[in-house]
Amino acid sequence: MTVLDTEAAVASAAPDDRRRRRPMTGSLLVGGFIVMVVFGLALLSFVWTPHDPTLVNPSARLEKPSLEYWFGTDKFGRDVFSQILMGSRTTLFVGFVAVGVAAVVGVPLGIVAGMAPGWLGELLMRGNDLLLAFPALLLAIMFAAVYGASTLVAMVAIGIASIPHYARLIRGGTLQVMKAEYVVAARAAGRGPFSIGLRHVLPNVSSLVIVQASVGFAIAVLAEAALSFLGFGTPPPTPSWGRMLQESQEMLSVAPRLAVFPGIAIAVVVLGFNLLGDGLRDRFDPKLEDHR
Amino acid sequence: MIVRLVKRIAVLLVSLVVSSVLVFAFMAVLPGDPARVALGTSASETAVAQLREQFGLDRPFVAQYLSWVHGLVTFDPGTSYISHTEIGPQLADRLQVTLWLVGAGMVLACILAVPMGILMAVRHRRPSGLILSALSQAGVAVPAFLAGILLITVFAVGLGWLPANGWTPPAQDPVLFLKQLVLPVLSLGMVQGAVLTRYIRSAVLDVLREDYLRTARAKGLRPMRALVRHGLRNAAVPVVTVLALQLATLLVGAVVIERVFVIPGLGSLLLDSVSNRDLIVVQDVVMIIAMAVLLVNFLVDTIYLMIDPRLRGGSS
Repeated sequence: MTVLDTEAAVASAAPDDRRRRRPMTGSLLVGGFIVMVVFGLALLSFVWTPHDPTLVNPSARLEKPSLEYWFGTDKFGRDVFSQILMGSRTTLFVGFVAVGVAAVVGVPLGIVAGMAPGWLGELLMRGNDLLLAFPALLLAIMFAAVYGASTLVAMVAIGIASIPHYARLIRGGTLQVMKAEYVVAARAAGRGPFSIGLRHVLPNVSSLVIVQASVGFAIAVLAEAALSFLGFGTPPPTPSWGRMLQESQEMLSVAPRLAVFPGIAIAVVVLGFNLLGDGLRDRFDPKLEDHR
Repeated sequence: MIVRLVKRIAVLLVSLVVSSVLVFAFMAVLPGDPARVALGTSASETAVAQLREQFGLDRPFVAQYLSWVHGLVTFDPGTSYISHTEIGPQLADRLQVTLWLVGAGMVLACILAVPMGILMAVRHRRPSGLILSALSQAGVAVPAFLAGILLITVFAVGLGWLPANGWTPPAQDPVLFLKQLVLPVLSLGMVQGAVLTRYIRSAVLDVLREDYLRTARAKGLRPMRALVRHGLRNAAVPVVTVLALQLATLLVGAVVIERVFVIPGLGSLLLDSVSNRDLIVVQDVVMIIAMAVLLVNFLVDTIYLMIDPRLRGGSS
């Protein structure tokens, strides 16, 4: 095979950069809509909430949902809807920063570990595995024990703990891509590792990144909620959905709605980002077209 | 193969040593003197100094580290700073409880996820596939502790079918043990199963698009038979990775579930110890979880080689 033939083979085998636009899927529409609404509500909470979400009002304890208090009030008389609105800020902030930290470090690490020769790849993955030994919640509990419970500590801990999940998954994908004929052809054509990583590996592992990022956001939101539930997350008085759930547990027989509203809020945000991830995957995965 | 295995075991041992150093170093920077916390703020300096000497907290960090590791290796982790009880038997009891939760949770997750994931992928454009997909999406979106709270509300508080919380050892009362196990395992297993389902769907979808599967179909094999004979082994590679990651998630998920269902497992011990600043117990529990994760990763690396012979080539 001449160099010219090899280049032609590489060009034909490489994913098409000018991907055809496909119609929006239901997942993308619904997920995108939910995410936009949640963003809108989080932004709205900066300028307006029906009541002060931190205001303790003994005369309005455990009020049922009404025009005055849309989702009712908790055992301290605080407006549940206002707390949900304010809590969305915390949730989105933690989710994005944690996923950002994890993906920005984890994806390049996974690709490099998959492409690097023997010992270097091994060394990187061994270091990665060490981080993997400290799951998000465990790391966050350790961080909280040392530095005290705060949103920043939760974000950083969840982000750091998520890095090896990306790196390991992407390395697995990279190892498989590196055995593909188009990569062998690209190497034969003289393409350098950086070019192969960027042009061949990254596009082919992107679906893994998207699925992992969508689940990663869910994991970050759930981890923050769990941390707050355990008392190691966002400290009071800042409203947090996880802490609202924790406070609701003792009121289950009296007012189960106190668990339902923050529970639905968490589930809807996680669902929204998962659907968005799925929709994006269906839209941009170059291999999906053949399967339809 | 033996050389490779020995090499992996060596790597595992080094990883264990490095992670133990990390855990110890991290805990060493904890604010607050464990002896002072144990005795309270009103204790005299002499009493605090005596306790520090008793637990060896006045020794250099290196000596403290070596003594801690020696205790772990010889299954004699010493005495709690706070309760002054032996930690070893406590850890063994708590670990047993958590392993029941994690083991049963993982089994339930796999039982739910493998058939659902494959079905969702095979029928991903049909109504049945979409319904299953919607169900798994809903499952992923619900935190395990919320599932637990809702299950308690319905099955314990509402219907009164199952106990709301508590733990009984299986040897003491097997029926009560199973009854108390149902709700926490359902909470853990359903949520983890939903997450796993998505990965299996994704992996099987990827495999379904491969040329070798199209060739198998062209040879006359029915879609399901082609998938079972040629596809599932390939789809298993990414799924095994996720399974390992999920085991770690389950271990930590058990921490929260133990709090919801008031179960005396490793997680409850960790949370109580963090609150009490019982440093040595925190160190031990964190290290046990880290060791479990490293061991699982070691097993996954070994299983990789068995599932995918192509990966045996390494960097060649």
